[in-house]
Amino acid sequence: MSATPFIVLSAILFSIGSIGVLVRRNAIVMFMCVELMLNASNLALITFSRSSGTLDGQIAAFFVMVVAAAEVVVGLAIIMTIFRTRRSASVDDASLLKY
Amino acid sequence: MIAFWILAPVMVVAALGMLFARKAVHAAILLAVVMMSLAVLYVVQDAPFLFAVQIIVYTGAILMLFLFVLMLVGVDSSDSVIETIKGQRLWAIIIGLVFAGTLVLGVAQISVGAVTGLDTANKGGNVPAISQILFTRYVFAFEATSALLITAALGAMVLAHRERLTPKLTQADMAAQRMRDYADHGKHLGPLPPPGVFARHNAVDTPALLPDGTASEASISRVLAARGTVKSVPEMAADVAHMMIDPADEISTDGSEK
Repeated sequence: MSATPFIVLSAILFSIGSIGVLVRRNAIVMFMCVELMLNASNLALITFSRSSGTLDGQIAAFFVMVVAAAEVVVGLAIIMTIFRTRRSASVDDASLLKY
Repeated sequence: MIAFWILAPVMVVAALGMLFARKAVHAAILLAVVMMSLAVLYVVQDAPFLFAVQIIVYTGAILMLFLFVLMLVGVDSSDSVIETIKGQRLWAIIIGLVFAGTLVLGVAQISVGAVTGLDTANKGGNVPAISQILFTRYVFAFEATSALLITAALGAMVLAHRERLTPKLTQADMAAQRMRDYADHGKHLGPLPPPGVFARHNAVDTPALLPDGTASEASISRVLAARGTVKSVPEMAADVAHMMIDPADEISTDGSEK
């Protein structure tokens, strides 16, 4: 089982996630696209781990999951706080620093 | 490899669906599909521990957190179509496609070399092997993640906490406020009117009709009005008129039944 198809799939998922971050306006959906990018990188890490024959790639993927969990908790709390003050989850409305 | 070729198209379609889903809940469900498929691919690639962690942490905890926040923020908070920066969406798609093409072409051209496989590394089981490395070589990184998790939990509590700026209203305060509103603005003292109960409709989405035939906005829930599921007044008026005419017809046509 070659490693290349897995890495190409990971690249495709990563690019879809990045397009989602650029295109979508809803902060929560943007955040989901960031999660998709993290998951895609995890797939690449695990594929590299298998192709090199060491478990370090799996450890790295494990740490990515831990950091993603912490990131989601803080990020969603920030989204909730913004929603509470501005009554909107759209990232375009949070532009107060511009003025 | 069969699992890969079955799951890869599913994952790509689900991920593309996240870009086009109008409602955030649909995007969350599609993300769940991608994450579960990824978990299966982890098993295929000799990572059973990460398979379990992926399902428990990602699909179980993180996605549920997303859904909880969606419920708090409001499920109907769909995307606005108005562009604040001119041409932003078009350029984002173009740049994203260029990035995707470059990445996929570049990645497809590199040769990873012969796949060694994890049979020797996983000899004593995947979980013991991972713990062996995690608690020796990566033990400081592991300790750092504990600090990170505690900080994240504290940060979420601080962000979600709301200080009460005004004293809590008691029932007596609210009654006094109602009386003051009545005295100052003549606001109706009693309860709000119930939704319309007619011969054909007995539902909360039917506004009560005022004596002049208009719908009373106070009789329906604000949420239903925002969602646009309230029955329109002309439609209702026609229905009511129909109901008022119908019995007369019945009586005139069959006079035997009196």
